[in-house]
Amino acid sequence: MKYIDEYRSSQRCKKIVSLINEFDLKKGINLMEVCGTHTANFFRFGLKKLLPNKINFISGPGCPVCVSHQSYIDKAIELSKNKDIIIATFGDMLRVPGTNASLEKQRSQGTDIRIVYSCLDSLDIAKKRKDKKIVFLGVGFETTSPTIAATILTARKERIKNFFILPSFKLIPPAMKALLKDKVNIDGFLCPGHVSTIIGLRPYEDIAAGYKIPCVIAGFEPLDILEGIYMLTRQIMKKEARVENQYIRAVEHNGNPAALKIINKVFKVSFENWRGIGKIDKSGLRLKDAFIDFDAEKFISGFKSKITSEEKCRCGEVLKGLIRPKECKYFRRVCSPQNPLGPCMVSSEGACGIYYRYEKL
Amino acid sequence: MCLAVPLEIVKIKGEFAEVKIGKKRMSVNIQMLSDAKIGDYILVHAGFAIQRIDPVNAKKTLDLINEIH
Repeated sequence: MKYIDEYRSSQRCKKIVSLINEFDLKKGINLMEVCGTHTANFFRFGLKKLLPNKINFISGPGCPVCVSHQSYIDKAIELSKNKDIIIATFGDMLRVPGTNASLEKQRSQGTDIRIVYSCLDSLDIAKKRKDKKIVFLGVGFETTSPTIAATILTARKERIKNFFILPSFKLIPPAMKALLKDKVNIDGFLCPGHVSTIIGLRPYEDIAAGYKIPCVIAGFEPLDILEGIYMLTRQIMKKEARVENQYIRAVEHNGNPAALKIINKVFKVSFENWRGIGKIDKSGLRLKDAFIDFDAEKFISGFKSKITSEEKCRCGEVLKGLIRPKECKYFRRVCSPQNPLGPCMVSSEGACGIYYRYEKL
Repeated sequence: MCLAVPLEIVKIKGEFAEVKIGKKRMSVNIQMLSDAKIGDYILVHAGFAIQRIDPVNAKKTLDLINEIH
């Protein structure tokens, strides 16, 4: 396929690998791939074994499913028990464990939970099932939130009254800052390409300047990831800390202004609770007052999640890059994709799930 | 979850475009791309076009790598 195959050429990849191997690294460096899709493709294409041992790769918090708080899943499950409600969700959310169950377990008990590819699909359900309230589970980063804002604007325009969302949108740059404030040992960020198609380069500038840490936005094909790693290592060797854009075919300096305008029309910035990381100020999006009638929170206003104890697994530490999945005592022994204790094992972009699939025993 | 795939526009009708996936066609909302036209490759995420692939910059990345010996 065009714009995919040519960025998977082994000849071209070898050239970049040879450049990376030429760097005279005196000590180990830690690069964080912020986005789960980077981690997934890094393993899927076997890039790790091509690179010097001195470059350590740390998976970051960039998997929306993994950072969805337990209490959010509990709320979604509570909503699904209401016979007047149909839940519409991206498929990844189904198996994430809440306090007592997952949406998948709930669905097996007969509740109406439907997987959709696009938020727009839930509008089609709303048009067909006027006797029900359709609640879309609004999770995702800056890549996804404009698609949901646009759907809300369509619902308003078409006067669809039975469509709602349960918002838990998250913003990537505040999470990167939170990790640095937490003194996580990172020498460079491989920044998420598709989030950046929307937000552009600017939000990373105060991270690079303020924390003196190189940031390189990269695409997701092997060539993109390798070139991103080369650019990061080059900055580290030169003791620079700038924002660079490897993904020039898709990321513009100002991102996508039309998408940003749609986000700002519908959402306002709020604090958000990240699973395993905690509350981060100004790291989420909630509906503006003018769109509050789309908020499904009102259907469960008195509901309190009964999180009784800390989660058994160490997903939080994995998400912060403090430990690797195999350092958790439950990894592979108790926790597996068939029986996940935490969200990092569930999602195709979760670090634990990826390590489970690709790392040697 | 932030996966997006580059697909070619073959038809445009209002704020929707038809894109080619092999022999199949899919409808994509293009309201976030004001200048999208037939023949463009767009990055498709969750039923929406989030950005247009810039062919000049796409070639630039490959050319730079091709120059490495």
